[in-house]
Amino acid sequence: MRLTQGQFSFLPNLTDEEIRAQIQYALDQGWVVAVESTDDPHPRNSYWEMWGQPMFDLADAAGVMLEVKACRREHADRYVRVIAFDSRKGFETVRMSFLVNRPAREPGFELVRTEGPGRRVQYTLRSYATAAPPGERYRA
Amino acid sequence: MTFPARTLDAPSPATVDLDALYTGAGIGVLLKRIDRELIGLGPVKTRIREIAALLLVERARRTLGLHAEPPSLHMCFTGNPGTGKTTMARRMADILHGLGYIRRSQVISVTRDDLVGQYIGHTAPKTKDVLKKAMGGVLFIDEAYYLYRPENERDYGQEAIEILLQVMEDNRDDLVVILAGYRERMEALFRSNPGLGSRIAHHIEFPDYTPEELLLIAEQMVAEMQYRFDEGAAAAMREYIARRMRQPRFSNARSIRNALDRVRLRQASRLFAARGTALDPMALQTIRAEDIRQSRVFSQ
Repeated sequence: MRLTQGQFSFLPNLTDEEIRAQIQYALDQGWVVAVESTDDPHPRNSYWEMWGQPMFDLADAAGVMLEVKACRREHADRYVRVIAFDSRKGFETVRMSFLVNRPAREPGFELVRTEGPGRRVQYTLRSYATAAPPGERYRA
Repeated sequence: MTFPARTLDAPSPATVDLDALYTGAGIGVLLKRIDRELIGLGPVKTRIREIAALLLVERARRTLGLHAEPPSLHMCFTGNPGTGKTTMARRMADILHGLGYIRRSQVISVTRDDLVGQYIGHTAPKTKDVLKKAMGGVLFIDEAYYLYRPENERDYGQEAIEILLQVMEDNRDDLVVILAGYRERMEALFRSNPGLGSRIAHHIEFPDYTPEELLLIAEQMVAEMQYRFDEGAAAAMREYIARRMRQPRFSNARSIRNALDRVRLRQASRLFAARGTALDPMALQTIRAEDIRQSRVFSQ
């Protein structure tokens, strides 16, 4: 099941040229771009691992692309995303976030039902991938 | 799955108008500005003109569909201090940007301290940070020979040079590197790092200024600061330049700029000492001979 998180996730995967153009847009707005990766795709997992530090004072997307490619090489079996943080007063938040790498096989999510008092059912999602310990997920 | 290719192969035009390219890219204007605003530097201007012509023809060839390896644009500027290397690097960035070889006409100027770290593992991230910042434009490394310290074989400069070489080779389309420094010491750097020398296509030597050129530069600087020499002052400046050139640590145009800053200081204190009289704009602008002749250079 294809993970749909962040921008453009219902589109076909972005090409490198398209990723570069999106990053250039973020830099032109004065946002700080960072690269992150994770192997826990749960939608509520907001703590992705940073790939290096956020890249301040960049003017051109070529610099970020170096890091995107390096992170993909290192973490080919993880999700990698690019985020753009807007530090201006009134925003101070992530303005863009999109996936730039996904594992070859995405097993998807299980709908977990838990029965509570009075036969009330609670629903939650669980990624099939997270059944394996970190580092062993998404191995072919 | 990827998007279908959007670039349609347009039929190549049969001819190309070099002159249209020349004016269209604004190169003529840039070269004329260099000629007008930078005094002296004859050989340098010739080389810059040659490089601009090469890049222009290269672009014309590409319009006609003649593919060739993109030209190597990394340069080395050698010359004594104050001979206009940094200024020329900025102009070079404008030219490269005008011709579309770099995406923005920004120059990031760095020295050894910005590239080389202080302990193991510090250098690589530092160098990469600088390179990332410079992407899309020109990276100007001043006093580049300091990167290599032959007396210390565990110096981290070597690491910075290796990363620099890698990026100079892999990201030719994204980054133009200009190294600058004294000629002898740059040659020593290239001797010890043959890879570095061979990746730099254009070596440009900046000659020292002649006394006449320095006087012209001084007059131009004075005009830019909205001052003017009176008759005696121009003669005093000529004499000052002749004396200063014989003294140690003379650094061409930079020495002139510093001298003018001190001259302004003396002019201000002269005007201040004579306060009480009304000053017209002319008096505030005029530099007199005495402002220059009080310099230490004349007493030595």
